[in-house]
Amino acid sequence: MKNAPSLDEQLEMHRKMFVVRRLEERLGELHKVGKTRGPIHRCDGQEAVGIGATAVLGTGDFVTSTHRGHAHYIGKGVDIRGVTAEILGRATGTCGGRAGHMLIGDRDKGMIGGNAIVGGSIPAATGMALSIQVRGTSDVAMCFFGDGAAQTGICHESMNMAGLWKLPLVFILEHNQFGLTVHHSVQSPVADLSIRAAGYAMAAEIVDGNDTVAMYRATATAVERARRGDGPTLIEAKTYRMQGFSTSDMGGYQSEADLADWNRRDPIQVSRLALADSVGTERLDQVEAGAVAEVDAAVEEALAAPLPTFELFTRSSPYATAPEAV
Amino acid sequence: MAMMRYAEALNQALREEMQRDPSVFLFGEDIGRYGGVFKVTKGLMDEFGESRVRDTPISEQALAAMAVTASMTGTRPVLEIMYADFMPLVLDALINQASIYEYLWQNVTMPFVLRTQGGGGAGAGAQHSKSLDSLVAHIPGIKVVAPVTPADAKGLLKSAIRDSQPVVFLEHKLLYNLRDEVSDDPDLLVPIGKAKTVRVGADVSIFATSRMVLESQKAAELLAQDGISAEVIDLRTLRPLDLDAIIGSITKTHHAVVVNEGWRFCGYAAELSATIMDFAFDALDAPVARVTLPDMPVPYAEPLELAVLPNAARIADAARATLK
Repeated sequence: MKNAPSLDEQLEMHRKMFVVRRLEERLGELHKVGKTRGPIHRCDGQEAVGIGATAVLGTGDFVTSTHRGHAHYIGKGVDIRGVTAEILGRATGTCGGRAGHMLIGDRDKGMIGGNAIVGGSIPAATGMALSIQVRGTSDVAMCFFGDGAAQTGICHESMNMAGLWKLPLVFILEHNQFGLTVHHSVQSPVADLSIRAAGYAMAAEIVDGNDTVAMYRATATAVERARRGDGPTLIEAKTYRMQGFSTSDMGGYQSEADLADWNRRDPIQVSRLALADSVGTERLDQVEAGAVAEVDAAVEEALAAPLPTFELFTRSSPYATAPEAV
Repeated sequence: MAMMRYAEALNQALREEMQRDPSVFLFGEDIGRYGGVFKVTKGLMDEFGESRVRDTPISEQALAAMAVTASMTGTRPVLEIMYADFMPLVLDALINQASIYEYLWQNVTMPFVLRTQGGGGAGAGAQHSKSLDSLVAHIPGIKVVAPVTPADAKGLLKSAIRDSQPVVFLEHKLLYNLRDEVSDDPDLLVPIGKAKTVRVGADVSIFATSRMVLESQKAAELLAQDGISAEVIDLRTLRPLDLDAIIGSITKTHHAVVVNEGWRFCGYAAELSATIMDFAFDALDAPVARVTLPDMPVPYAEPLELAVLPNAARIADAARATLK
């Protein structure tokens, strides 16, 4: 069983994290000058969770995401240009501007998809894992959700069935410490939510969510377990949300000490340090510059792209209402 | 053709579709070993195994959400929700999940069927007797059917399973033992979206679904004794509506009574009434009459329950009133 990333894979994870970070920063700037629409949920500081976990998946595997899914989208291989254009509401977006940044889905990439009902990603992946089991293939489903979503009833229902039926499923609990503005200590009596896995006869592991290599290793083991038919795993990735809940967040509830502490463990810096000796800083600078150029080009392209136009539905569409169909 | 009960017709539809298509699977509470509390899935676990006929924990919210995504990824799940009264638990899966993805993502389909049964008359009380048709018929992108005969139950369930869109399949607890002729042709489908004229008439049109079709037919008998010729249309599908059938009948009779076992305010009958106003206002000689459950819980004791459920006498009264 291979559970350590190759150097190339490690460098690719580094590049993808940098792409996501650059995208979040550009979106933050665009929001300030009024060029975004609606709230944007940035994942600064959490990139290693999504990028590390998705790095072990194939195209046939399915991923369900949350309202904070940019790292999951990019990690699962959705085109950065499509994602950027979708976030900016353009006709060239992954979903033609119909979905927005919280609900991006790309069936061909197995990313189906973002889900802005907190907890919604959990039964979604469970249903995909059930489908895989009924069809008898060796694919797996992966579900990202947060410590806030872990408090929903549907999380318990889903995990219970996943454990009961040994579904080929990997739960990635992206523990970023906050459900909107409320700290996890005010939402749960326990700090480590993964202890619940025992109640579902499910394997569990607590992982440093700011370390892509740790995420990769833990996920590789979990994915192998799922493919073997040995059931689901709950990976609790400890991380921290460096930005507010969304661009509409007015802040004031995250402690400066915590922010400074987690900033010292920035996943991109952790990754850079781990790679510096083996690939050299010059190569890293090159990779990062490439990521910046790619994102900047995607942003410029999206801003120049046309806005979508509304089209009436045909009679065969499920959304064709009776009056239009007559 | 064979005589069989409504529940047996549904069972035959499930068996035939599972034999035809290995991607069809069933899950729900008590549907496997026990064969379902209404025996609709009797014997299917023995025939198709525990993977394709799955007993589940009592977890309606997750089950419905799982049906949505299982259907998106290569299977055709048929989920049984034991009582329509539990539909509020699954509304997030229908409203926030199933309803949106074909529009947002466009290259996904969601061929799942959610079977449930509702309705009063069995003394099951306020949490097990409701008809919540309007809650599901309200949702864009979801088809809703409610057959009354065993033949339509079989043919529509087969169509629902083969459909590429989500279908909510509404059964009625008082219909499961209804016996009638059913075709044994495994390829005979009843199309979704097509109403059926079950009694031809000239003076007033009565529109109903599910068990209310039977009450409407009885009402037409009562009206015939008074010399009133009532046409009874079994809509069979609540969404998408067969507008041609509705407009065609009203154009002939100029009077309409809409019957639904659910609540009146914002109910399915209200939608039918508004639709008739939209498309057949000029053909009407009187306002559309609604016959529904009053806006209250379904009571338990027999005289109380019978006092509130729509029935033939109330439907006939409403028809007479529109003709005055």
